[in-house]
Amino acid sequence: MAEERFEPKIVAFLCNWCSYRAADLAGTARIKYQPNVRMIRVMCSGRVDPTFVLKALSLGADGVMIAGCHPGECHYLEQNYKAMRRFSMLRHSLRALGIEDERVRLQWASAAEGVQLAKAINEMVDQVRALGPLNWPSNWSEDVDAAIERIAEEHTEAMEVPA
Amino acid sequence: MTKKGKLALYWAASCGGCEIAVLGIDDKILKVAEAFDIVFWPCVMDGKVRSIEKMEDKSIDLCLFNGAIRTSEQEYMARLLRQKSKVLVAFGSCAHEGCIPGLGNVASREEIFQTAYHDTPSTDNPEGIRPQPETEVDEGILYLPIFYDTVKTLDQCVEVEYYLPGCPPEPERIWDAIVAILEGKLPAPGSVIGAETTVCDECPRKREEKRIKEFKRTWEIIPDPEICLLEQGLVCCGIATRAGCGALCPTVGSPCIGCYGPNEGVEDFGARMMTALASVIDSEDPEEIDRIIREGIPDPIGTFYRFSLAASQLRRTALTTGGEDQAAASA
Repeated sequence: MAEERFEPKIVAFLCNWCSYRAADLAGTARIKYQPNVRMIRVMCSGRVDPTFVLKALSLGADGVMIAGCHPGECHYLEQNYKAMRRFSMLRHSLRALGIEDERVRLQWASAAEGVQLAKAINEMVDQVRALGPLNWPSNWSEDVDAAIERIAEEHTEAMEVPA
Repeated sequence: MTKKGKLALYWAASCGGCEIAVLGIDDKILKVAEAFDIVFWPCVMDGKVRSIEKMEDKSIDLCLFNGAIRTSEQEYMARLLRQKSKVLVAFGSCAHEGCIPGLGNVASREEIFQTAYHDTPSTDNPEGIRPQPETEVDEGILYLPIFYDTVKTLDQCVEVEYYLPGCPPEPERIWDAIVAILEGKLPAPGSVIGAETTVCDECPRKREEKRIKEFKRTWEIIPDPEICLLEQGLVCCGIATRAGCGALCPTVGSPCIGCYGPNEGVEDFGARMMTALASVIDSEDPEEIDRIIREGIPDPIGTFYRFSLAASQLRRTALTTGGEDQAAASA
């Protein structure tokens, strides 16, 4: 029996002015890309706080994409430079936490670049699929209830005074 | 006040600093003793867990619990005191957000045991003996608590009514909290008892424009006594940290390291620091930005999550042994 292929869940934050329109364009132009991406529209890539990315990963996403206007073309003048610096800071921290670079990606895509965005999504989905599931919450799931119950039992036994 | 309340104080994975901080309220401790019968305080007085076990549920009016949860025994005590207490307070940074013990989450139990029982130069352990959860002796089986892979905060184990931040909480804030509890003037359950501003608001330094080309370590410069430390390139966590300490460190020229925990509304202390620091880097060139960050912040976890790794969104580094069971891990 063929093993079921791992389908990664990827959360993408797309800026309203460029990248979300690029995704729209990909749709109207019927450009296919892999359906593993859940897109969330934000007003600007500069709105994407590292908390969003960390939260997505901690809740079970296998990867996160942040997409915005090309540097120099931000609707809000320079906020995508902020996104760029934050991303660099975030990647530095994620490396220290043991999360592979491919799982968090910063992608520039203008409103005309539906093809490029679709290509980037396909590439990322393939890379994350190759890495396998992140399954982050399993990092702290420890089953210790039995051990804790034992402490109570021990105490009860120790308290028994022979008649 | 007609009837005295019952007070319990407990410590789990902590350094004892919180206990000292309680005594830091000086002679006001006598007022605490007037209002409460102290039923349990292992640091200070004799007491038995068994006598707590025998108490009625919810019969302790207030429990101040300091320390993170590192072993099954600590989790047992957290559950027991939760069951017996009306109000459980996560007292201090360890119980609130993991603090320094939580930094153990950069390693696994296996790595910690390897270092502690084998690798350190002062260790003499030719037979490679490690503590075992169960040991058979002639008289029966001896048990040790299970040492967790991942340090937890108190509220990751049991429900907590209030949080008192700080490493340790400042005596004045402790007293404020005790007064609030005695007078019944408490915020909604689940709240942090403390300020809702940042250390910057308490800091006397002058703030102008933050544009920096490189981060500096504390030993690299003698900071100007008047200007904001972050503007001088030092990684100061005051911008993300809850006020309450009186900005002690930045006032004397040492950058804030974030011991008072995240300010109100901050879900992930490290993420807030990353955002703030990314905003002040004066560069638009990806390579230069990478270099500034790489060279200026060699230890991002220790810098951004010194006190809050266990409470952060990701809680720990990736476990290479993910999912392995207790028995196998401790063997």
